[in-house]
Amino acid sequence: MNQLVFTILLIAAMAVLLRSFWQIRANFARTREVAFDGQVMKRLRLTATVALGQTKILRKPFIGLMHALVFWGFIVITIGSLEMVIDGVSGWHRSLSILGPFYTLIAASGDIFAYVVLAGIVLFLARRLLMHIRRFDGVELTKANKTDAAIALGFIMLLMLSLIGLNMTDLYLHGDALPGAYPISAWLLPYFDLSTVNAEVMYKFYWWSHILLIFIFANYLPYSKHFHVFMSLPNVFFSNLNPLTYLPSMPEVQKEVALMLSGNASDATPPEQAQRFGVKDVEDITWKNYMDALTCTQCGRCTEVCPANITGKLLSPRKIFVDIRARMDDKSKNGSGKFLLGDYISKEELWACTTCNACAQECPLNISHPNLIMDMRRYLVLEEGAAPDELNAMFANIENNGAPWKYSAEDRLKWTEA
Amino acid sequence: MTKIDVPIMAEVSAQGHQPEYLFWVGCAGAFDKRYQKVTRAFAQILNAAKVDYAVLGTEETCTGDPAKRAGNEMLFQMQAMQVIETLNGYGVKKVICICPHCFNILKNEYPELGGDYEVIHYSAFINQLVDSGQILVNQEGLKNKRITYHDPCYLGRGNGIYEAPRKVISQFKIDYREMKRAKSFSLCCGAGGAQMFKEAEKGHKEVYEERTADVLATGANIVATACPFCMTMLSDGIKFANKEAEVTNMDIAELIAQNLVD
Repeated sequence: MNQLVFTILLIAAMAVLLRSFWQIRANFARTREVAFDGQVMKRLRLTATVALGQTKILRKPFIGLMHALVFWGFIVITIGSLEMVIDGVSGWHRSLSILGPFYTLIAASGDIFAYVVLAGIVLFLARRLLMHIRRFDGVELTKANKTDAAIALGFIMLLMLSLIGLNMTDLYLHGDALPGAYPISAWLLPYFDLSTVNAEVMYKFYWWSHILLIFIFANYLPYSKHFHVFMSLPNVFFSNLNPLTYLPSMPEVQKEVALMLSGNASDATPPEQAQRFGVKDVEDITWKNYMDALTCTQCGRCTEVCPANITGKLLSPRKIFVDIRARMDDKSKNGSGKFLLGDYISKEELWACTTCNACAQECPLNISHPNLIMDMRRYLVLEEGAAPDELNAMFANIENNGAPWKYSAEDRLKWTEA
Repeated sequence: MTKIDVPIMAEVSAQGHQPEYLFWVGCAGAFDKRYQKVTRAFAQILNAAKVDYAVLGTEETCTGDPAKRAGNEMLFQMQAMQVIETLNGYGVKKVICICPHCFNILKNEYPELGGDYEVIHYSAFINQLVDSGQILVNQEGLKNKRITYHDPCYLGRGNGIYEAPRKVISQFKIDYREMKRAKSFSLCCGAGGAQMFKEAEKGHKEVYEERTADVLATGANIVATACPFCMTMLSDGIKFANKEAEVTNMDIAELIAQNLVD
């Protein structure tokens, strides 16, 4: 009976999750195709260091280490969750114990990490709810965003509490006969008097609470900024391998320039399907830009170091990706009459970027902000001719004298005389 | 100051010689009053080391970087085509750049348009000249000075060049101080991404004020830079803070050129 109920719940949870993934897949289909460069080994190494090794989040040593511990704990505890699924379907108890000594290692580290993660989450919640940390504020962080952050942390806290309860009651019920090792729970157990309660019922309560929380949390994630638990590894894997300040040239412009230089511009056959230059809306972004948006967990490390933001300008690199995700959701529902550029992101934000790449440098998951900002500038300039006047003057200078200032090429050797 | 002799590519080429290096001066290096001095300084170093080089002179034109960063890809590519035609025409193989923006675009963004050169940053080149003994620097030249270095974004974060400019500075026996935001944590001067050519958006202060505060906090007499735009911004910041008497803004090439031992 229990196995049947569990299996039905498992299938239902998976089905709802698949439905969410299907919607995300449809969103990806709207975006622009970019060829994969095939540098798999290099990308795996990058994923190992930046995602698994957490090297970039450790740029903030204390809070970075707390996050890394929570992340590594999450990986170990996930093995335990898989075991619970097997147990739930089969009706066995601690089925992975067939792994022998290796199981002891998994169980022991899972138990230790449950307490470490719990401590980390309590700290994170305190930082968000009780302390005023600048990067947890900003126009893009609405009440809904802040609630989302607290809910995600709340889920993890309950997950850890139920896991700890499960380990303790299991230890109480089976004593030394329980496979695996649970060092912290075993040490704490004598401080709890379980003889006055029905430990059997409590164990079942914790077990079911834990697994149901996993099912609900997994299905909450696709609609949360906390989706980064799914996206972090793929996003780092597909991240930019070039120098940070490398901005790819536009191949479609290359064709036009070649035609202009060969003097055959008038003979040119118009492209079959006129594609927009630059980015105006979510169909102009690449699939990687959208992946960045799904990956962003709104930690604000980018905005915190942005020179424009620090000095009070409107630009917040984080907002760009929060806006993309919101715009994509909006577009998949009805979407008409609005655009990413204009209705979500203003020109003023875009023109404030110094392309210093501090944001991209700081992002723990290698999200790339400045190139996307420049793709939107490309739309403004190439499609609308909407650059600020001073920049139009700079363009004119380059066109006329080959320099961004009003100086003649004839004077290019003046510096030898001065 | 007197005129310095600089080999011009068209002339050298007409004599049937192909110089080993092209020294890419850049628009700021050619026209900006303050940065012209840096260009002179670096040319003096090249001359002192008897490097086989030439400049394009009147044939040089903008790489198109400010246009590209401001969204004008069309203008950028037109400029790039022109530059590549000139460089390929002279059979240029190695290019030395001072300006990090020229350096970045020539090194990283020209290859895909047909301009493939070995692009060398002048900081690395100066170190090479010192290490090989081609130039001698008076290590006592900046005695009793405290110095700090500002990382240009397109050099540091952009291309991972943090150590070479610091090594140039370490030729001197001086009191070197790092700013609280340095290397990959460095704060922008505020001029990148075509900001140099426009007023900043509305805010509560200029980026250069914020960065100059970092400079002043070190108590340095000299803030060394390696970028024409950073030079302009930090000079403005120092002026704005009324600290011109205490702090001077100098390029790493000037530090070396002023302390060359014949």
